[in-house]
Amino acid sequence: MLRDITIGQYYPEESFIHKLDPRVKLLGAFLFVVSVFIYDNLLGFAIMTFFLGLCIVTCKVPLKFMVKGLRAILFILILTGVINLFLTPGTSVFSWRFINITKQGIYNTVYMIIRLTYLVLGSSIMTLTTTPTRLTDGMETGLRFLKFFKFPVHEVAMMMSIALRFIPILIEEADKIMKAQMARGADFETGGLIKKAKNMVPLLVPLFVSAWRRAGDLAMAMEARCYNGGEGRTRMKPLKYQKCDYIAYLILFIYLGAMIATRIIFKADTLFGMYS
Amino acid sequence: MGIIKAVKLCHEYIHRDEEGNVDNIETALDNVDLDISQGDFIAILGHNGSGKSTLAKHMNVILSPSEGTMYVDGKDTSDEDELWNIRQTAGMVFQNPDNQIIAGIVEEDVGFGPENIGVPTKEIWARVENALSKVHMEKYRHHSPNKLSGGQKQRVAIAGVIAMKPKVIVLDEPTAMLDPIGRREVIETIEELNKKEHVTVILITHYMEEIVNADKVFVMDHGKIVMQGTPREIFSKVDELKSYHLDVPQITLLAHKLREKGLNIPEGVLTKEELLERLCQLS
Ligand SMILES: Nc1ncnc2c1ncn2[C@@H]1O[C@H](COP(=O)(O)OP(=O)(O)O)[C@@H](O)[C@H]1O
Ligand SMILES: [Mg+2]
Repeated sequence: MLRDITIGQYYPEESFIHKLDPRVKLLGAFLFVVSVFIYDNLLGFAIMTFFLGLCIVTCKVPLKFMVKGLRAILFILILTGVINLFLTPGTSVFSWRFINITKQGIYNTVYMIIRLTYLVLGSSIMTLTTTPTRLTDGMETGLRFLKFFKFPVHEVAMMMSIALRFIPILIEEADKIMKAQMARGADFETGGLIKKAKNMVPLLVPLFVSAWRRAGDLAMAMEARCYNGGEGRTRMKPLKYQKCDYIAYLILFIYLGAMIATRIIFKADTLFGMYS
Repeated sequence: MGIIKAVKLCHEYIHRDEEGNVDNIETALDNVDLDISQGDFIAILGHNGSGKSTLAKHMNVILSPSEGTMYVDGKDTSDEDELWNIRQTAGMVFQNPDNQIIAGIVEEDVGFGPENIGVPTKEIWARVENALSKVHMEKYRHHSPNKLSGGQKQRVAIAGVIAMKPKVIVLDEPTAMLDPIGRREVIETIEELNKKEHVTVILITHYMEEIVNADKVFVMDHGKIVMQGTPREIFSKVDELKSYHLDVPQITLLAHKLREKGLNIPEGVLTKEELLERLCQLS
C-alpha cells in the first residue's frame, strides 16, 4: 500500500515536456502554483484547467499514475475539507444539532479541494517528467543568484536529489518491515488514530535506524568518489536552452498573463473564488 | 615500492562516553606492513572485526593512520594536498549496493566521480561509455538503479570507480549481499578488469571460492596480518586457517580430509578439476 506514493518519482517517457529544460519546468510549476492561488472566477478556473489538462496530455504520463499520487494526500484533503465544511461561519443551509453547514462552507470546501488537487497534480507533472538529477541541476543553475545571499544552493539541491533517490528505497523497506512485523502479529490497520499512530512505532524505529546507517554509508561513498561540495565540479549534462524551451517560456507567460487578466477584468464569483 | 604500501600502520578507534572522556581505545590495525605491486589481484581474508574494512579505508584516505604511514602510488596519505589525487588513484566499492549509488540514472551515477574531479563534459561522456562497457552494463545506461539486480548495481558501482581511471580498486565485501549469480557477475567483472586493464584489485571477501585466482592472499586477525601467500600456500594450512575462524573452499577441504585418511593428495588443491586429476592419478 505504501508503494502507491508516486510524488517525486520519475516516469520515463519521450514527450515535449520531458525534453524541456528543468529550469523551464521549475518556473512553470512555480507559476502554476501562483495561478492556483490567484484565480477567482469561472473563466480563470477554466483556463487553469485547460492548461493543466494540456500538460497532462502532452507529458504522456498515464492519468491513472498521477491520480495515484493524490491518494497520498487523501487524508489532508479530507481533513481540510471537513474543517472548511463544518467550521466556516455564514448563511446556514443545513443544520442539525451541533452540525451547521453554511453556503460559504460548501464553497470554501470545493475551492480548497480544487486548489490542493491542482497543486499536487501541477507539481507532480514537474517531478514525473524530470529526473532527480536534472531537477537538482535546474534548481542549482536557476537559483544560483541566491548564493549572493549566502544560501547554500548546491548543498540543498544535492540533498533534494538524494532524498528523491532514496524515497522509493525507504518506501520499499518500510513495506518489508511492515510485512515482517505483521507476520509477528503487529496490527497496523485497526483502532483509532492514536492507537494506529502508536502501532507505527515498531515500523518507524527500524526504518529510522536503517536510514541513519544508509546516510553514513552514502556520505562515505560520496567522499570516496571525490565529492567535495559544489566547487570545481563540472557537469556531465550541462543545462542549455533549446528552441522548445523558449517556446515553453512564451506559453508560460501567456498563461500567466491570461490568469492575471481574468482576475483584473472579471469580478470574482463565489463558487470559484474564496468566499469572503 | 609497490602501488600500495603500509609501514607499521596502526589505527585506533577511540570510544568516548557521554561526557566525552575516552573510555575505551580499540586497536583496529596493529603494526600492519604491506606491499602490493601494481597489477596484482590481492585478496584479504579475516573474520568479522579483524580490521579489513579499516585497512581498506586507509587506502582511500577515509581514515588516517594513528601511527605509521600508508603510501598510495608513492604518496603519503597523511599529506592533505594529495587527498583528491589519492582518492582518484584508489577507488573504492562498498558492500551495500544501494548505499553507494548517488544518482537516479545509471549513466549519471557513473559520471558522478568524473564530475567531482572537474573532468570536461565531453570527456565525462567518453569515460562513462567506456566504463559501462567494461562492466557490460551499456544496455542499462538509462535505467534507474532501483530496478537493477544486486549484481548489476555492484557493476554500476564498479563502473563509477573505473570512470575515475584509478590504478587500484579496493572492494570491501562487494558480494556479501548478493545471490550466487550476482556474486559470479561481480567476480568475473573484476577478474576481467584485472587481466585486461591491469588494474590492481584488492578484494576483501568472506567467500573463499572467490579468491582461488588471486595472486596473493593476506589473512587478518585482530588487526594484524597473520598469513600471506598464494592461495595454494594459504589453503594448504587448513588448521591454521581454522584457528582464525576461517574456512577453506569446500574442494580444498575435501582434498584435505582425503589426505588425512591417507590418500596421496597434496595440500592446497583449489579446483574441482585439479582434485579430479589427482584422484585419477592415484589408481
Ligand atoms: N567507526 C568505528 N568506531 C569504532 N570502532 C570501530 C568502527 N569501525 C570498526 N570499529 C572496530 O574496529 C574493529 C575492526 O573493524 P573492521 O575494520 O570493520 O573489521 P572487518 O571489516 O574485518 O569486519 C572492530 O573491532 C570494530 O568494532
Ligand atoms: Mg568490514
